[in-house]
Amino acid sequence: MASMSVRRTAARTGQYLALLCYLVFLAAPLLWLVSTALKTPQEMARLDPTWIPLAPTLGNFAEAFGEQDLIGAAERSLLVALASAVLTVAIALPASYVLARYKSVLNRIALGWVLVSQVFPFILVIIALFMILRQFGLVNSLVGLVIVHATFCLPFVLWMLQGYVRGIPRGLEEAAAVDGAGRWRTLASVVAPLLAPGTAAALMFAFISSWNEFLFALILIKDPEIQTLPLVLVSFTGPEGVARLGPLAAASLLATVPSLLFFAFIQRQFKGGLVDGAVKG
Amino acid sequence: MTLTEASPPPTGRAAAPRPPRPRGGPDRSALSLMIPALVPVVLFSVAPLVYGIYLAFTDARAGIGIETSFVFFDNFAHLLADGEFWLSFRIGLIWAVSVTALQFAAGMGLALLLNQDLRLRWLARTLAMIPWAMPPVIIGLMWKLVYHPEAGILNATLMDLGIISENLDWLNDFALALPAIIAVGVWTGMPQTTIVLLAGLQNVSKELHEAAEMDGAGVWRRFTQVTLPQLRTVIIAITSLNFVWNMNEFALVYVLTQGGPGGQTRLPMLYAYEEAFRYGFFGYASAMGVAIVIVVLAVLGLYLRRQLKEAEA
Repeated sequence: MASMSVRRTAARTGQYLALLCYLVFLAAPLLWLVSTALKTPQEMARLDPTWIPLAPTLGNFAEAFGEQDLIGAAERSLLVALASAVLTVAIALPASYVLARYKSVLNRIALGWVLVSQVFPFILVIIALFMILRQFGLVNSLVGLVIVHATFCLPFVLWMLQGYVRGIPRGLEEAAAVDGAGRWRTLASVVAPLLAPGTAAALMFAFISSWNEFLFALILIKDPEIQTLPLVLVSFTGPEGVARLGPLAAASLLATVPSLLFFAFIQRQFKGGLVDGAVKG
Repeated sequence: MTLTEASPPPTGRAAAPRPPRPRGGPDRSALSLMIPALVPVVLFSVAPLVYGIYLAFTDARAGIGIETSFVFFDNFAHLLADGEFWLSFRIGLIWAVSVTALQFAAGMGLALLLNQDLRLRWLARTLAMIPWAMPPVIIGLMWKLVYHPEAGILNATLMDLGIISENLDWLNDFALALPAIIAVGVWTGMPQTTIVLLAGLQNVSKELHEAAEMDGAGVWRRFTQVTLPQLRTVIIAITSLNFVWNMNEFALVYVLTQGGPGGQTRLPMLYAYEEAFRYGFFGYASAMGVAIVIVVLAVLGLYLRRQLKEAEA
């Protein structure tokens, strides 16, 4: 009995040690990013860097906001991400309804395409895409970038949305039809409200995909005047030395905020049941 | 305005009589709801893929109005003789296999811990999800700060611990650069691997575990004899996906090392990117894309076949 509990304690200790290792590995780079963002240029130049900034400052954030390049790029990224999110969801919503409510070959083709688009390396698509967009005059244009971003997050958004549509009991639609609501009326007053949280999640997913996207932007946008945020952030890491690292860290933190908000939102979504209210109430 | 160019040409077949569709199948109005989604996918995703495969058999170059001719397998013959491609390819395989294996090992360990009733579990869970919420470019920049020779925390910590005696330039060292970016790759892949494995673990039958414990099976035996076999499909799925994603990695390594030093971290995607958009060899770069797809599919095929055989045995 005693040896059993000793072994238990030893196992628990081992588990906590392992958990601690994971916490360090996962958190250390994030903490270092925050720490660097809070350091003065003088401190950055010191030879032995420390975890806790000696004289914490928000100056780097102020400086990041002062950089015309960064602010302009953030505005363009915001614009591109908003446009591609709205475009993606607008074309995916009707299609996802069809995919969820009618069993057809299209379902299999759509799923197949989601998988195929995972396996194929971007380089194979992007050269031909570059040539096609050049034909349309959409290279070096934010409109072209919006179209590409929307196209490439469409398969996943479709998949996401049709899952949400499936979550809406068919009975609800039939009940509305029995009550005399027409097809469009049913869609507008029964399906759409229940689909709102799913649509919001899809919008945010599409927004984040576009906001984070790097490779397409790198290839399609050559003009420095219209570069998006990831491109400008990368160009910040030139050989200017350590003085620029503080503002770079600050800007990186700010650029992560939209994704973190999305992440928090999605976690709440998973906790609350979507159609509970409609079925019970 | 430019968007209108993307609309499909009117088809002349619409007038042809069609047999009535079976009930429940998509009718014409349902299909018309699909069109707005189908057009961009076909035009900007399926067509480029097909065209890209075609380009692999041509001598297409960048620039407008350059004549392109069909060269059959010339590009592939060049690939076979291209030492730099083989180097890049070897590095790509080392990268993809080791990152995938380490992601699996680390993700499995964390998932097992998260499946226990431990304090601070919520913190580990939240932290493990964060890489998923970060843009790859920012992850790259963040780790550049960690690895920075003078201002980075890694060198400072290792110096304090007395493990190294002078600062190392992690991302510019021939021997260290690849292991350094592999560590970043593992960090980046923690969320999806851990979450998928944890979901699998929560479905492992408790009764079997208890039965095995009654029979006197130790922790390790229960893990290998009870847990692993039940997780098999989940493990196969996540490692296959991770392998494909890792083989196609670009942004992270582009930001961290740009393929340097001396090509030591030049993954196949980076090499193909340079050939296409720095030197303008569109056809040659497409051929690389095709070659990589073939290898990825071959590796996956072998892996899946072996796993399936083991499952039957």
